[in-house]
Amino acid sequence: MSEFLFVVVPYLCLATFVVGHLWRYRYDKFGWTTRSSQLYENRLLRIGSPLFHFGLLGVVGGHIIGLLVPESWTDAVGISERMYHVVAVVGGLLAGLMTVAGMAILIYRRRTVGPVFSATTVMDKVMYAFLAVVIVLGMWNTIAGSILTIGGEYDYREGVSVWYRSFLAFNPDATLMAAAPLGFQLHALVAFGLFALWPFTRLVHVFSAPLGYLTRPYIVYRSRDDSRLGSHRPRRGWDRTG
Amino acid sequence: MKVMAQMAMVMNLDKCIGCHTCSVTCKQAWTNRSGTEYVWFNNVETRPGLGYPRTYEDQEKWQGGWELTKRGRMKLKGGGRLKNLMTIFSNPKLPSINEYYEPWTYDYSTLTDAPAQEHTPVARPKSLISGKDLKIEWSANWDDDLGGSTATAHLDPMLAKIADKVKFEFEQTFMFYLPRICEHCLNPSCAASCPSGAIYKRAEDGIVLVDQDRCRGWRKCVSGCPYKKVYFNHRTGKAEKCTFCFPRIEVGLPTVCAETCVGRLRYIGLMLYDADKVLEAASTTDDQGLYEAQRDVFLDPSDPEVIREAEKAGIARNWIDAAQRSPVYALINTYKVALPLHPEYRTMPMVWYIPPLSPVVEVVAETGEDAENKGNLFAAIDALRIPVEYLAELFTAGDVGPVDAVLRKLAAMRCYLRDINLGRDPDASIPAAVGMSEEDMYDMYRLLAIAKYDERYVIPPAHAEQAHALEELSTECSVSEYGGGQHDLFGEGSGVPTPIAVENFQMLQDRQTSDSLSGPENKSGRVNLLNWDGKGSPPGMFPPKDADS
Repeated sequence: MSEFLFVVVPYLCLATFVVGHLWRYRYDKFGWTTRSSQLYENRLLRIGSPLFHFGLLGVVGGHIIGLLVPESWTDAVGISERMYHVVAVVGGLLAGLMTVAGMAILIYRRRTVGPVFSATTVMDKVMYAFLAVVIVLGMWNTIAGSILTIGGEYDYREGVSVWYRSFLAFNPDATLMAAAPLGFQLHALVAFGLFALWPFTRLVHVFSAPLGYLTRPYIVYRSRDDSRLGSHRPRRGWDRTG
Repeated sequence: MKVMAQMAMVMNLDKCIGCHTCSVTCKQAWTNRSGTEYVWFNNVETRPGLGYPRTYEDQEKWQGGWELTKRGRMKLKGGGRLKNLMTIFSNPKLPSINEYYEPWTYDYSTLTDAPAQEHTPVARPKSLISGKDLKIEWSANWDDDLGGSTATAHLDPMLAKIADKVKFEFEQTFMFYLPRICEHCLNPSCAASCPSGAIYKRAEDGIVLVDQDRCRGWRKCVSGCPYKKVYFNHRTGKAEKCTFCFPRIEVGLPTVCAETCVGRLRYIGLMLYDADKVLEAASTTDDQGLYEAQRDVFLDPSDPEVIREAEKAGIARNWIDAAQRSPVYALINTYKVALPLHPEYRTMPMVWYIPPLSPVVEVVAETGEDAENKGNLFAAIDALRIPVEYLAELFTAGDVGPVDAVLRKLAAMRCYLRDINLGRDPDASIPAAVGMSEEDMYDMYRLLAIAKYDERYVIPPAHAEQAHALEELSTECSVSEYGGGQHDLFGEGSGVPTPIAVENFQMLQDRQTSDSLSGPENKSGRVNLLNWDGKGSPPGMFPPKDADS
């Protein structure tokens, strides 16, 4: 069972994530957008959206450190277990609370502001459900697992993180995950579900984070695209000769 | 020197009667879709008035365009790159839908479905955003013809810059229309604000476009543009803006707004400019120096050195010819009667305006004096400081000098031509009084008053050597062979999408420029009614008559 849940399912989700994005980028560049609803409502968004997004950036950063950096590395540079724990919990709590607060405001807004609600697709609702469950489970793991230590101490850096790295290295060790508390197991599973959904939702906008803006020249010049005569490309097999 | 070509427009405000035909035809052509209900690529504002969206000219509030830092460097008024990215999750300067207006339709079915009843049924307005009943309180032209201006005109940001005491009298005596499209700036702040780099300036003709496949809906262009001419499509989540009707321009046709302008007040032509000098000109310290600075960026297309550099830059010979015949160049640089809209935004706008003399003429006429007398008109221009100051706020960052000079030229032209019309001896002292020769004055009159279609619109087709390939129904494979139209279906969903470009517009150009009634040949069954101009009935419009009926 654990083989299925923590090896087969994650790889299926990962494959959907990668192939899905390739497909989406290839065939639906026009649909690749944030689908902002700021035009409809601004007051709640102005508070909720930055809270949520900046909080989430912190959360993602925390996950990268927690999951990808092995304990031996932090030991090697002399960061004690205790120090790491405090920083991780405080940072995680802060980012998590921002995310949850922002998400609460945004979901409230989406449900109660008429125009925003009517611009919400079914896919949006499914995605929101997954995202909310992942975030709540993550918060639960931080608060219940690391602070209140309900169900005993669990060092995810020796369990979940190792499994995750083994998963990325295509040499997965499901037993590590099977030994983790239920909260971590569910968090990971629902997160993989979210990854599988990702390419088919508005979440794709994450991958267009415009970092290039910091370095590109202000004004972009482009020549007319001569490969596009008229408004659509010639079909395959009708390549031009001249 | 780096020569670039720019498609530009001049509008003669004296001729604008505020009929909104340009807005309507533009909307029919480009934005009659869900999500763009409130989008007017072309709109006509009554001035004084709030404009669209409301008070868009108040850059202290909306932070559009550029500003100079203390060290004289150009900076986006909305903030530098980092600040731009940090505010990406919620754009603090994005106008809400209420600054435009909440689009609506009417519940027409109640009119037809209502049972017989004592009172006439009413079609209620329904919001196109929320679907709910809507109390209509504002719209794109709520203050058209100064309607309701006693309540709102004092909010006009340009009026606020003029002394308080004259407002009331001013509103009673002075009004004109300002049609606006995207300025297709030389230094576009929308493009500079776009985090994704989706907004680009076409290197060939300077048209500023949004790449719909690259736009990610960050909305920074909307707040970055000081003219508020980039709009957010709330259905697709992408930015859209005036395209200068590039598919028409590419085949040598004017934009839809210009083509359909009842007053024939729009001129379209090429400007050659020195791309190396744009930034320097836009960084001119004094706001009021920006008009002259921008004129200095333009190059004289008849100057042999410019021609040589243009050819070196790959500009086709027919484009250089077109630049030499450009009515826009003549109005901006030869006669110097066209002025840029809000040069103080430092975007180097490329849709220029001839300020209206008519308000001045009207005031003179109302007093019973001769409104075509040079002395009277000149005196009126001097006396009516308020309209002139208002125009200066719009066109020269408040410098009345250039506006004054233009109005005098227009007044002089009026007086000079009246003598000719009445068969009197033309008075050479009149053009001389505004520093023009008689010949120049007459040429300017010709261009402003009676120029024909091909003089008002001097548009070289995109790269003549490509024209053949652009025409999809030439010897290349035709549209139906690309994907095969489904001929058994009919209605909106049938066949492959009709390409916006080329063949329709080529056909339209043939029809527009031919003297006789003409119809598309060998195209029976493929009639695009959007392009039908009412001349005859093109074959294919109606099913063929049976031989025996």
